[in-house]
Amino acid sequence: MALDVETIRKDFPLLARVVNGRPIVYLDSAATSLQPRPVLAAMEQYYETTHANVHRGVYATAEEATQRYESARVAAGRFVGAPDPAREIVFTKNATEAINLVANSWGRANLRRGDVVLLTQMEHHANLVPWLMLSEQLGLELRYLEVDGQGRLDVSALDRKLDGARLVAVSAMSNVLGTINDLRPIADAAHAAGAVVLADGAQAVPHLPVDVRALGVDFLAYSAHKMLGPTGIGALWGRADLLDAMPPFLGGGGMILDVRLDRFLPAESPQRFEAGTPPIAEAVGLGAAVRYLEAVGMEAVRAHERSLTDYALGAIADRLGDDCTVFGPPAGDDRGGVLSLAFRDVHPHDLAQVLDQYGVCVRPGHHCAKPLMRVLGVSATARASVGLYNDERDIDVLIEGLAEAGRLFG
Amino acid sequence: MPDLEDLYREIILDHYRSPRHRGELESPPAHRVEGFNPLCGDEVVVTMVVDGGTLQDIKFAGTGCSISQSSASLMSSAVKGKSLDDVRQLIRTFKSMMSIHEAALGESGPDEALEEAAPVDVRTIGELAALQGVVKFPVRIKCATLSWNALAQGLDELATAAS
Repeated sequence: MALDVETIRKDFPLLARVVNGRPIVYLDSAATSLQPRPVLAAMEQYYETTHANVHRGVYATAEEATQRYESARVAAGRFVGAPDPAREIVFTKNATEAINLVANSWGRANLRRGDVVLLTQMEHHANLVPWLMLSEQLGLELRYLEVDGQGRLDVSALDRKLDGARLVAVSAMSNVLGTINDLRPIADAAHAAGAVVLADGAQAVPHLPVDVRALGVDFLAYSAHKMLGPTGIGALWGRADLLDAMPPFLGGGGMILDVRLDRFLPAESPQRFEAGTPPIAEAVGLGAAVRYLEAVGMEAVRAHERSLTDYALGAIADRLGDDCTVFGPPAGDDRGGVLSLAFRDVHPHDLAQVLDQYGVCVRPGHHCAKPLMRVLGVSATARASVGLYNDERDIDVLIEGLAEAGRLFG
Repeated sequence: MPDLEDLYREIILDHYRSPRHRGELESPPAHRVEGFNPLCGDEVVVTMVVDGGTLQDIKFAGTGCSISQSSASLMSSAVKGKSLDDVRQLIRTFKSMMSIHEAALGESGPDEALEEAAPVDVRTIGELAALQGVVKFPVRIKCATLSWNALAQGLDELATAAS
């Protein structure tokens, strides 16, 4: 079923904004998405009618708050195909914290000096720095799958690089290149080599149907604010047997069975990993975002964004020709809606500044992927990224703005 | 688009397209400083030769946007051959031109910034006044100050080494 973008756009109040005298053209969903009214309403309604701390009180609103928080957990898990969402979803601050949780908890318990962790050159800093930090302490051997000339992972050396690997941590979709990585064969090979697999789903989960069983991974990290939800909450899905065997990450209230002055007993997972009062309203918002996306249908979201990406790649090539380079794979099944652009030798900051005058929101910079920038041979790109609320007019304004930047800096 | 023209004035575009003093002086004897803008990944390398209380020579290299590159070019032209006192005064004036507006735009702690901010007489800074428009675009201020911070750091390092 096709997605009705006109109807969807009406759900996003921020799209009514006018900036610099022009209607906003929001093309920065890879950084953070906009929120539809049902998500905003769910959080407001929660604060107005239900707010109380969770897992504590026995009064009615406290019970309701707990119930709404836990039902958000189930929704977040169901959305990524978790077999047992109530046990397997840990709420975190964001995908970054989810990966840090795995590095600090699973990593410290399972990795030793000299162990191999296999990453890729296209990882976001969120899936690089936690492993670099852990390696500083443990002395790991970090290896990397390379990125080929079309922005795809080069898996030709996969088996060799997996030799001795205990963990593979790889993005399901690049936040710079838009590459949708085929994780299943990587996960199967990793498992055959005895490694555990973590997928960084920050970009994939908001834009594609994602099923952890189909991907064959052991951990999946994602953030609510990139999938129409609020900032401040993300999730880690982990295989139940792995989570159950992992030591706590952060300590505090809510993550214990018992505390004495000389020791403590941690709670079962997932509570074991949720120290302190969690982001309750944000969980409610995440639950509402999941319901919104489920109602539209992730197949329809992907089909819409795929068609928009095809249109953008074609229109940029037609209208701007050799002046504009788009990094990443050509249009296709493995091409997500992230367009990292170089326009002649105009610096991305200048491109973004001119585009701002057209109301166009793109992100200039290294996109928290400095190693990948070095592979691409650039210091930065201007990145336009689409969401389910974008249409072809947005792409047309983007191209109009790029052409103006060409004239200005000509 | 008046705002954009404010930002990208002809002098700025000229220094961007034809940067002055671009390159690196041999180091040593020149003193070399690297500056980074972690927001955008821009890098600048400033090399300088100080002798007899004068900034005898200066060059800049690196990658960056039109604002950071033209600011570095304008800076090099403004400070080369000047006494260190004059250079330091110019650095203060330039940074205060940027920070007054930061405060006015509510970007930094207003009290703190206003206290520091001496009024800038833009007539004393020549072509550098072309960079005034940058302050209307707060996120670009770091682009404009990148090379100036590297120069200030270099002078501080040289002063420390000499004392």
